[in-house]
Amino acid sequence: MSATLTATGPAKNIKVAEALGRNRKRSDVIVKSLCYAATGLGLILLASILATLLIRGFSGIGLSVFTEITKPPGSNGGLLNAIVGSLIQTVIGVAVGTPIGLLVGTYLAEYAQGSLLGNAVRFVSDVLLSAPSILIGLFIYQLIVAPFGGFSGFAGCIALAVIVIPIVVRTTEDMLSLIPTAMREAAVALGAPKWKMIVLICYRAAKDGIVTGILLALARVAGETAPLLFTSLGNLNWSLSLAKPMSSLPVTIYQYAGSAFDDWVQLAWVGALLITFGVLAINILARVVLRGGK
Amino acid sequence: MQQVALASASPKAISRGSNFGDLIFAGLTRSAGILVLILLGAIIVELFIGGLPAFQKFGFPFLTSTEWDPVQEEFGAAVSIFGTVTTAVLALLLSVPIAFGIAFYLTELAPQWLRRPVGTAIELLAAVPSIIYGMWGFFVIVPLMAQYVQPAIIDSIGELPVIGGLFQGPAFGTGIFTAALILAVMIIPFIAATMRDVFLTVPPVFKESAYGLGCTTWEVMRAIVIPYTRVSVVGGIMLGLGRALGETMAVTFVIGNTNRIATTLFGPGNTIASIVALEFPESQAGSLKLASLLALGFILFVISFIVLAISRILLRPRLKG
Repeated sequence: MSATLTATGPAKNIKVAEALGRNRKRSDVIVKSLCYAATGLGLILLASILATLLIRGFSGIGLSVFTEITKPPGSNGGLLNAIVGSLIQTVIGVAVGTPIGLLVGTYLAEYAQGSLLGNAVRFVSDVLLSAPSILIGLFIYQLIVAPFGGFSGFAGCIALAVIVIPIVVRTTEDMLSLIPTAMREAAVALGAPKWKMIVLICYRAAKDGIVTGILLALARVAGETAPLLFTSLGNLNWSLSLAKPMSSLPVTIYQYAGSAFDDWVQLAWVGALLITFGVLAINILARVVLRGGK
Repeated sequence: MQQVALASASPKAISRGSNFGDLIFAGLTRSAGILVLILLGAIIVELFIGGLPAFQKFGFPFLTSTEWDPVQEEFGAAVSIFGTVTTAVLALLLSVPIAFGIAFYLTELAPQWLRRPVGTAIELLAAVPSIIYGMWGFFVIVPLMAQYVQPAIIDSIGELPVIGGLFQGPAFGTGIFTAALILAVMIIPFIAATMRDVFLTVPPVFKESAYGLGCTTWEVMRAIVIPYTRVSVVGGIMLGLGRALGETMAVTFVIGNTNRIATTLFGPGNTIASIVALEFPESQAGSLKLASLLALGFILFVISFIVLAISRILLRPRLKG
């Protein structure tokens, strides 16, 4: 048997066989090293971004950043109104988007199995998940800003809520579908109606995953700039009114980074540092929450 | 007597009550689902209605005209469509090999204890807000490109016949190539994460059989993993393309923002998203310029919808959920 094997193919000539083996090993080593290099490059890029932010932004962090509002160049302004505006819009956006996303996710996981409407909703939600965020801004401009007289913090909140919905839908559906059927059957066997089974059993079991989704949505919209440009516009004065244009950290960074004044550019770096580390911290927290649940 | 009445009435009341609760809850979730459909429809309709004056005024040539003249009120979409597609496709060419390398490393090469931290780091790269990429690109990459990379490329590849023409011109640092580079960095984590998830769906017994035959790691990848996951890998790449097409802030910082079709990769240009972000604040409500910007938005939505839809269709069978 082995005689017939060695008699055919390149193996009959030991030199050819060795050369082939060497070639295979060599290409394996080359590809592997390229993969190591690619991963190294990815890590270097992340390190470079974080290092740039720390080097340029850290020196500008002072108390005045958090106590002063944005001021004209050269007068020691801070970012207080931008930080507060960002917090307000992010929190309201997430608070509006989460219940809707939760309901849609529940519909997809619990009610829509295989139905045409369910598949359509899942498909559309997935497309919205990756849709360009600037178009969400344009849409809200057309829907709210243009007909109702002007830019407002409210419009900014709604734009962010639209972005939140598909993120929460995705994680809610994924997490609910992980819950074992036996658990549902146990609830139903005790006489619980379906809605009680979902709210009291499934939500509780999937809690960690759902919280992760909400945190990820929070992190995503906290850094969004494009949808706020045409909705809450930005505001260099102190304003907490949702009916007026509202400042936000990303939009302020955008305005300041492109300006010709050194102190504004410095503040832009500080803002960039704050927002990036805030967003990354929420992301890591989300992962910790999810891992704690497993 | 009374007890009998109670006993017979209460189960009915309970079951009616729970049916009622079920009805409400099912109705709520279903209408939330329908709301998502309405949302997509409303986005398309609102953008189309907003862009209608421009479509009516310029008709089909809007897509092919390279004009963008606010004074004469002549607007066309060709330059920004060209910029959008060129930067996105270039970004894909740059990012796919690297993303593949990372996914390969994370699924086959990395020691078990390193997989989670490295994977998390790559995913964090995706979480960095796009405006940060814009600033990083503008203050770090652009000077690097202008001083070292572009002059070197212009002096070497720029001298070659045929393809040399693509790598000529003054080294501004900004431009289409730099924009594509930043976009590539931004979409690497998306493509890498999708590829990793897809690679993990290959049944271990397939790979073990190949290793058992004496295959090297790369041969297992090339002969087993890639053929098995080919469709989904393309879906992941399309997902990255969809991201790149609509990216706004990062591109606006580094593309140079000129309404001209660049003849070299180092020339400035614009994309649909960048022109909308830049010109929108200068447009008056109800003006033809605003309508043209909304029309551009509609075109961008159609392009990214098609790309994302294809990506979903390709990914769905493998990544269930």
